[in-house]
Parts: sequence; C-alpha cells; structure tokens
Amino acid sequence: MYQYDTLDREFLADRAAEFREQVDRRLKGEITEDQFKPLRLMNGLYLQLHAYMLRVAIPYGSLNGVQLRKLAEIGRKYDKGYGHFTTRTNLQFHWIKLKDAPAILDELASVDLHAIQTSGNCIRNVTSDPYAGATAEEIDDPRVWSEAIRQWSMLHPEFSFLPRKFKFAVTASPKDRTAARVHDIGLVVRRARDGTLGFEVIVGGGMGRTPHVGPTIREFLPANRLFSYLEAILRVYNRHGRRDNKYKARIKILVSALGTEEFARQVEAEWEKIGADGDVPDTEIARIRGAFAPKAFDTLVNRSEAFEEAKSADPAFARFARNNLKPHKRPGYTIVEISLKGIGDTPGDATSEQMEAIAELGELYGQDDIRVTHEQNLVLPHVKLDDAPKVFAALQAAGLSTPNINLISDIIACPGLDYCALANARAINVAQDIATRFADQERAELIGELKIKISGCINACGHHHVGHVGILGVDKKGEEFYQLTLGGSGAEDAAVGKILGPALPAGKVTDAMDALVDVYLRERQDGERFLDTYRRTGDAPFKEAVYADAR
Amino acid sequence: MPTLVKLTDGAFSLIDDPFTAVPDDEDLPQGDVIISLTRFQAEGDRLLSEGRAVGVRVEAAEEVEALAYDLPRLALVALAFPKFTDGRAYSSASILRQRLGFKGQLRAVGDVVVEQGGHMIRCGFDAFEPADGSQPAQWAHVANRHRHVYQRAADARAPAYVERGEA
Repeated sequence: MYQYDTLDREFLADRAAEFREQVDRRLKGEITEDQFKPLRLMNGLYLQLHAYMLRVAIPYGSLNGVQLRKLAEIGRKYDKGYGHFTTRTNLQFHWIKLKDAPAILDELASVDLHAIQTSGNCIRNVTSDPYAGATAEEIDDPRVWSEAIRQWSMLHPEFSFLPRKFKFAVTASPKDRTAARVHDIGLVVRRARDGTLGFEVIVGGGMGRTPHVGPTIREFLPANRLFSYLEAILRVYNRHGRRDNKYKARIKILVSALGTEEFARQVEAEWEKIGADGDVPDTEIARIRGAFAPKAFDTLVNRSEAFEEAKSADPAFARFARNNLKPHKRPGYTIVEISLKGIGDTPGDATSEQMEAIAELGELYGQDDIRVTHEQNLVLPHVKLDDAPKVFAALQAAGLSTPNINLISDIIACPGLDYCALANARAINVAQDIATRFADQERAELIGELKIKISGCINACGHHHVGHVGILGVDKKGEEFYQLTLGGSGAEDAAVGKILGPALPAGKVTDAMDALVDVYLRERQDGERFLDTYRRTGDAPFKEAVYADAR
Repeated sequence: MPTLVKLTDGAFSLIDDPFTAVPDDEDLPQGDVIISLTRFQAEGDRLLSEGRAVGVRVEAAEEVEALAYDLPRLALVALAFPKFTDGRAYSSASILRQRLGFKGQLRAVGDVVVEQGGHMIRCGFDAFEPADGSQPAQWAHVANRHRHVYQRAADARAPAYVERGEA
C-alpha cells in the first residue's frame, strides 16, 4: 500500500488547520452559512435532513487496519456507532455536529485520511479495482495510477471550480469492477503490441438525469503522457462545459453536444500545446509503484486441506466459499469479499464493532490490506485458503458472513429519503424488503448474479441506470412510487437500462421483483445470467408479468 | 481612487489603483484605462498610440488567445469571475502565464473572494479586487497556508515530485 511521507502528512495537517480556522469563524458568526457553505463542502461536510454529514475519502477504496479502526472510533465517538460505505468507496458519517468536525479531521489526518474533495465541483475520489494486486486478470496495478491521480488532483489550482463534479475510474482488468464506462473519465490500462503500457481513455460516461455510456476518445494513450492528456481534457471541459444549468453541466453533456470526434479533436489540439511539461516524471510514478510492491506471499499449493475439510464439515462455510471467495493470482490464496448487505440491514452500513472486527482480520490474515468496493462491500484481497475458515468464523461472529456477493440481495441503494435532502423517496427500505423476500439462500444461488440498484431520486446515486434491475424512487403527489429499469450494466458490457413501464406504488415493488425473477427462471437458457436472458428476450415477457400482476 | 490588493515579490499590499475600468457604453476618461476585449479590438491601437497604459478585461466566456499578439503592449489583463464558483478564469490565467508568456499584471475582478486566493495565486494572478472586503494580511495568510503543492502551475512553486527528488 502507498504510505504517506512527511510531505503528504504536512499537506493534510495544513488542510485540517485551515478548516479548523474556517469552522471557528463560522461558529463565532464571523461568516454566514452562505459564505461557509462552499468552504465546508470543500471538506466533505454536508448539511442533510437531520444533521451534518461528513464524507471521508477512501482513495481508490484502499484502507489499512489502523485507518479502519480510526473510522470505527470516530463512528463511536462522534456518530451513532456506525458508518456508511458509499458507491464512491467513501465512508459517510450521517450524524455529525459542526463543532466536532475540525477534531474529526484532525483525527483522520492522524492516520493519513481526509475528506478533501469529497464534494464540490472538483475532481473527486478515484474509483479503482478492489481486487488490484490480487487478481490474475490485471495487466498492471491500477492503484499506481489512481494514487498518482489522487496527488495530481489534490487542490488542483486550475480545476477546483469545474462546471460540475468530476469522477475518475481506473481499472486494469478485462472484467470491470469500477464502472469505468459510466465515469466522467474511465481509464483502462492496455498494453500495445510492443508491450508498451498505456490507457484506453473513456470520457463522458455518467448517470444522473441523462445517463450515458462513455465513448472512447483515445484507444491507446502512452502511460507516460497521462497527465498532460488529463490536463487537456479537464481544460477543455473547464472552459467549455455548460455552467448555466447544473443538470447539463457534467462533461457527458459537453461530449455529446460536440460529438465524440470533435471533443477528441479539441482535447488532442490542447494536448499538443501543453506538451510534456504537463506530465508527471517517470521517477515519481516509479516511486509510487514501489509503494505498491506486493508483500511476500508464502509458497503454497493450490489445494488447502483445511479449506476443503471446512467446506465438507460446514455447509454454511461451503456456501460462503462459493459466493464470497474469488480467485487469487497466487496458489493457496483467495480474495474474500465481505458483504455489507446483511438481509434486512441497510446496504453499506457497518457498525464500529464490525469495522474493528474486519480491521483485525485484515491485520491477522490479510496483509493489513482492506478494500472498499463501489458496490458497497469490503474485501480482504490476500487471504490464505488455510485461514479462510477462521476468517469466516470471525465474520459470522460479527454478523458479516452473508453469502450473497453479486446475488439478488447484494443491492446497491443510496441513503434516500431517510437521510438525504434531495431524495423523493426512500431507498433503504425497498432494498431491505427485497432482500428479505429473497432471504432463502438456496433460491438466491439458483437465481445467480442479479444486480439490483436503487436510487431515491433522479440524481442516481444508487446507480439504478446500470442495475440489471434498476429501481428509481419518484414522488407522485406526495406518495412514493418506483420506476423499474431493466438491462443496465456498469461492468465491461456497460449499458443504460430501459424503463419497463409505469411506476409502481411502494407496496408492489417486491412483488414485481418476484415476477421478474420468475420470468427469468422460466426463460433462461444454459448459463445465462438474468441480464443475458433479458438481452436475448427483450422486455416483453418481463413487462407482461409485472403489469399483469399489477392489474 | 479604488484600492487593489497587489502581490509583489511575495508581499501583499493595498495600493491605489491608477486604472479606471470603463464600461463599453461610457466615454473614455483621460489616463490609464481597463476596457473590454471588444473595445480593445476596435480602439486599442489608437489608445496605445496616445501613450497611456491600457488593460483589457476578459470575460469568463471569452478566449484569452484572442490577445496573444497584443500581450507585450498591455499593462494588465483583468480576468472576470462572474461568480466565485465559475472557474473558467483559472484556465485563462494559466494559459496567459504558461503558454502565452504574459508578464504584465494579471488581475482578478468580479466575485473575488480571499478563500480562493491560493488557487488564484498559483494560476498566476498578482492583483485582486476583493468582493468580500478582504485585506492584504488575509491574502498573505491564504497564500502561505499550505507548505506543499502537488502540481506544477503558473507560480514558481516546486510540486511534490520535485521536492521529493531534492530531499
């Protein structure tokens, strides 16, 4: 993992001191809420329905045990004993007092964490592959580039007041776990035929009111020219992106208004003028790369007797292993996904005790490396198969052993009307209802991969556009209704889902989900996921079933 | 005479502004003036030949590249922030300093707030018409608040990767 050096630490300390001063001025009444708002937003502090919310950045979703313990401690000391992991791999505390915010930032800084650029119209936290450094699929470690982007974007003087917020995803695997094609910029690491490292550059994906799957503006950008190219993209956007309407201000609108070719032409023209002055030297990239050098793996065989025995002895462990363990690049190791989607729980929430349990498991069995996924789960990327039964037992004890990764109850949901001032409808209870209906693990496994994503309003924080089934809360004359979209995907086969039909009243959503699943189980052919069946049959049979039931 | 916060050799001071900013629909007074880009393109040559100092105000939507060939003749360029949240002038400033080599005064006008002073200074601004009544001491404070920076910009500060290399 990247270790902060003195320079990184002094930077955070200066930033925390600056915010303390600003909060102080606000509490003394020297500045108004209107003047304070942009300052607090720069530090991830939002005013929500009931309290202040602090959004802590977890750069590219990577944490160590000390950091996770600190988050647990903050949750206990300043919040109600829990935190909420978000689809941007950040952690939100929803019950914060303004007077505590500076102390929290100091505490975060003490473990190299911060809340910088977790809100505002600037470059936000970078999403990366939670399996980075552990999967055999990747051709490079995407964290190297994510960390370099973190540094480059940190209080960038030219790009801190963009037309709208700006999000990066970086992946180096053919299987995309970052939703790269629905980010403002998606970078996919590629190798040219001669072995040179570079990026496919995708620009202008996004969700919100006008979802777009981002087009590729450059098939191969040499890796050493990344930062001048990013500067060119951001400069074209900063100068020409719309600022008259916040709903049309994201880069996706500029790219689609200009057309991909014209946008790419403008970027290339700007890039040529910037030249190599805009690049970060290879020596710095090498320094960062060194920080991600793998720790020593033991030489093990593929088969672990302890693991096989535990599977035979305990069907619950066998089920967990089938669903939550993923292949590791090294023999005898596995990637452990920890579901934060306990049946009936709030997706993405973890109590302070749970965070501490995971921190301890990471330290004992996982090379002190913990990841957050954009699907709101946690990952221990390097666990020995021999240790997996022990990890499972500890997770069980902490109420964290739900064996549902990528299954129907592994639902993404935004905080919705329970917390958020923008929401039209609740999202969490919809997720809880559906998860409870499909609590039978046997049936859930039979259904297989099915990604439900729920947003409480059109801003789409719950990524409903790219759910295999998306659920969007809408307000109809003060009543909560939900619109279903089918066929979306945020992965390498990215697509925006299609609205199935009229919105359903809250009480009908879970029944509709049942009907959709029944159609899938009836129609599916060998090996098809829900998404594959839907793409083959089209929406007719699904529509028929949902609206027949609704009548 | 309106006052101006001026950055000279790392020090901020309040100075009397010798320039008069003149809207397009007003007649030009004597002395040093700041005029719009449109007016400069129409009347600039004549005004400069009168031997007075001329500055040009560039709006956020206008492209500073239009001034490329005139920059050596200009005493100052004023870049407008229509709202403090409108960051286009940061790009304009960066281009003026880093690409077009402008050496004259680069002035921030419009909704100019001291909390953004750090960014403005890094992008090459050296004169400020604060909209929030802020004083030179506050500008000096924000300019020096961070010991380190991560990127190369129009100012002379060494980015983190250079500092690290020298350590």
